[in-house]
Amino acid sequence: MQINWLKYASPKTFYPLAGKLIPWFSVGAVLLIAYGLYLGLFIAPTDFQQGEGYRIIFVHVPAAWFSMFLYLLMAAYAAIGLILNAKLSHMMAKAIAPTGAMFTLAALVTGSFWGKPMWGAWWVWDARLTSELILLFLYIGYFSLQSAIDDRNRADKASAVLAIVGAVNVPIIYFSVKWWNTLHQGASVSLTKAPAMAAVMLQGMLIMALGFWCYSIAVILMRVRCEISEREHMRILIEQ
Amino acid sequence: MSTLNQNLPMHKLLYRVFMHDIRVALRRQSDVVAVFFFFIIATSLFPLGTGVDQKLLMAMAPSVLWVMALLSCMLSLPRMFSNDYANGALEQIVLSNQPTILLILMKIFAHWVLSGLPLVLIAPVIGLQFNLNTDALIVLAESLMIGTLALSLIGSIGAALTLGLRGAGILIAILVLPLYIPVLVFGAGAVGAIAIGMSSNGAFSLLGAVLAIALVVAPVATTFAIKIALE
Repeated sequence: MQINWLKYASPKTFYPLAGKLIPWFSVGAVLLIAYGLYLGLFIAPTDFQQGEGYRIIFVHVPAAWFSMFLYLLMAAYAAIGLILNAKLSHMMAKAIAPTGAMFTLAALVTGSFWGKPMWGAWWVWDARLTSELILLFLYIGYFSLQSAIDDRNRADKASAVLAIVGAVNVPIIYFSVKWWNTLHQGASVSLTKAPAMAAVMLQGMLIMALGFWCYSIAVILMRVRCEISEREHMRILIEQ
Repeated sequence: MSTLNQNLPMHKLLYRVFMHDIRVALRRQSDVVAVFFFFIIATSLFPLGTGVDQKLLMAMAPSVLWVMALLSCMLSLPRMFSNDYANGALEQIVLSNQPTILLILMKIFAHWVLSGLPLVLIAPVIGLQFNLNTDALIVLAESLMIGTLALSLIGSIGAALTLGLRGAGILIAILVLPLYIPVLVFGAGAVGAIAIGMSSNGAFSLLGAVLAIALVVAPVATTFAIKIALE
């Protein structure tokens, strides 16, 4: 049987598919996040060094993963949109950005909640924190450019170029900040020397990550549907 | 734009595109001079804000001078392509049968000569006000020489993406400043290292690496962004 992979590349056919998928991922997100929080808050043992305060990592670490993963995903969709001139790809990229920025902000805020009791400061100029902050700036740049251009076609393409340039820059920024950090701070707080993690902690974190994944998919699909109906609602109305 | 005579040999054509931008800027000197004075005035504000503690000023000097160089370069970005965009010359550049990327690269290079090079020349003088020693002043000039060229290249992407937009100036700042961070880190790092008696070779190599990457990526992205703006 020949599968037509490109069938759902058209906004018209993707719109109902997204509508069908959203409830599944929403339910999945609620269940997984609830189970992950239960594991993290009640089952996982108290850390012998950090006490109860460490439990914020069940939100913090998956949020940080997704802040970076979603940026790369956004850049990938932007690239596909530019190369294949696919409208839906641009819409996906645009829909991913707010969720990615939200996770970046969540990672920063939960990170400072963790830092206050552990390091005694809300903010430390650590390489990871700083590059997370810069990632937030990159997201903000993407939004600003999207909203500054009135012509939709140009807004899509221009912000796609920015997303790709940003993605090229992310590793360079990370290493520059890391290098800067070692120069300026010497032996500062190291996140890499975390104590070996209990299996249940890792499990809780992975389940939270899966839950965040489902949440991202559900929210992004909702946003894409809004975008499609905004851009093509005349066409959809006529054809239905 | 008469410079795009298609029968000219390549090097002459590139030279003409380059000289065209220089000439236009020299006839409207206020733009170039204003950025130059911005750098001088803004750097002079820091001692007024922090007091005249010589050690503190010396410790601050690399970052202050480099951040201000960053902002000065950024201020002049909107005019890199905007005139040519408004009068149609940019369209001619894209439509000509010559390699667009090289022509755009010439414009970026002209921008650097007009906005980056003056900073390289004046920065050591400002550095004296901050009590930097001779070694640090030389490294400051050298690092700015490499760094500002990278800034012009990276900034050209922002300039091209915001062509003809309302409020392009402030938008460029938001787009470009996060991308400038590696240049700032390595540039200020080189000066800071030499100021406290360490070697600045590592920072220089990395600054050069950033310039090399910018030289490859930026003209391509900029040319693409200009084509998008002209569609």
